[in-house]
Amino acid sequence: MIRLTGIEKAFRGRPVLRGVSLGIRPACVTAVLGPNGSGKTTLLKMLLGMVRPDAGTIEINGHVLTGDGAYRTGIGYMPQAARFPENLTGREIIAMLEDLRGAGSVRDRELLDAFDLEAELDKPVRILSGGNRQKVSAAAAFLFDPWLVILDEPTAGLDPVSSGALKARIRRARAAGKTVILTSHVLSEVEQLADEVVVLLDGTVHWADSLAALRASTRESSLERAVARLMLLQRGAEHAA
Amino acid sequence: MSTTARVLKYQLRDVLRGRWLIAYAIFFLLLTEALLRFGGTGERALLSLVNVVLFVIPLMSLVFGSIYLYGAREFNELLLSHPVNRRELFGGLYLGLTVPLAAAFAAGVALPFLGRLGSAGGAGALGALLAIGVALTFVFTGIAFLVALRIDDRARGLGAVVLLWLMLAVVYDGLILIAATTLADYPLEKPLLALMLANPLDLARVLLLMSFDAAALMGYTGAVFTRFFGSLAGVAVSGAALLGWIAAPLLLAAHRFSRKDF
Repeated sequence: MIRLTGIEKAFRGRPVLRGVSLGIRPACVTAVLGPNGSGKTTLLKMLLGMVRPDAGTIEINGHVLTGDGAYRTGIGYMPQAARFPENLTGREIIAMLEDLRGAGSVRDRELLDAFDLEAELDKPVRILSGGNRQKVSAAAAFLFDPWLVILDEPTAGLDPVSSGALKARIRRARAAGKTVILTSHVLSEVEQLADEVVVLLDGTVHWADSLAALRASTRESSLERAVARLMLLQRGAEHAA
Repeated sequence: MSTTARVLKYQLRDVLRGRWLIAYAIFFLLLTEALLRFGGTGERALLSLVNVVLFVIPLMSLVFGSIYLYGAREFNELLLSHPVNRRELFGGLYLGLTVPLAAAFAAGVALPFLGRLGSAGGAGALGALLAIGVALTFVFTGIAFLVALRIDDRARGLGAVVLLWLMLAVVYDGLILIAATTLADYPLEKPLLALMLANPLDLARVLLLMSFDAAALMGYTGAVFTRFFGSLAGVAVSGAALLGWIAAPLLLAAHRFSRKDF
């Protein structure tokens, strides 16, 4: 179980997250949605200890985050932008991550094989296409058989075949009882993958429940319209205030 | 193997394959070779090299250091999502740049001297030049890391390091000269010594000129410095000051890196 309580965060005086309290259910795919700048990436980075909250606590499987990094052994992460040292090859990047994890770690190369990257792995990263870098990054997120996978806009920049392979991998992870948290602007994709939806608007949680409940509550059949309705409701509330 | 060693292993590979590092080594190689061919004796070539070393190493360490850290920002995010200690990662990043930079400089300057240094005094001066060049690489890469960690905007950060270089390499000495001439009637030896210790570039220059027996070039102040730096206490103080200039920015940057939001 992942629990955030009363999270506040401001960058240079500008609030990014305001009183975020949230529970994320295990063995589910949770999609964090919201417009650009709503605090999605900051929220994900907080779970990884990269950004520290100004106030509030984060608890992951009973462990309260304090700055010690050992809990990240069970987490896989795919950042929004896949940038690696330019003169290393994809194979060396993977080897580096394996080295950092130490000898005892499990290796799951399923996604690496599914992406058919073998021929690309020996080229220096600087000549790899953006999509192929993204594939290395996605494969790295699943590499150490994590129980929690955090994916920041995972399919952005991927071709349809690779995007399909990644989505299939996410579904298999969920079936195997893993917890997946992702952000995406492609709502059709969220509808295919997510069980739970968190909607962030201006750093506050406007929805945190199942996808089905969101549809029922807003009386909209498509997620796109449901989210649009939530945003309209928020604007209405701001105008009234 | 610690995280630092593991990160260093791959950072070294990345940096050593970079073209700019090779260009940096070749620059020193060609310059030293040219000075030795056309400038006469080894000692004279070394003295000419002092000025180049004092200008080029700080500027390049500042610029390479900040570009390197800004470029590694996204990859550092990925590394930090793994169970790694931030300080150890920082150590790997720092050594991953300073070691190749220092080695490129040392190899570029030392190779043309092979078999050309007749006197033992020349070898000592070459040793001093190499040691101080390496120390300056460590000092200014640390300062570059500190600036890049404090200023998030890449363009502003690069502007800041270039400005800092101008201040330390050019403006600082000008201000000291103005102060020394306007306050010529007062006893200035001690304040001037303190000011020298406060600028790593001045400190390096004085240490180099001392080791070249060229202090006479510095006139009256040269006499003061010879008295101070020539003594055992002077060597100890100036050596400690240079080590302090390596340690202080590095510790501040490491502290910042371990607390920063990525």
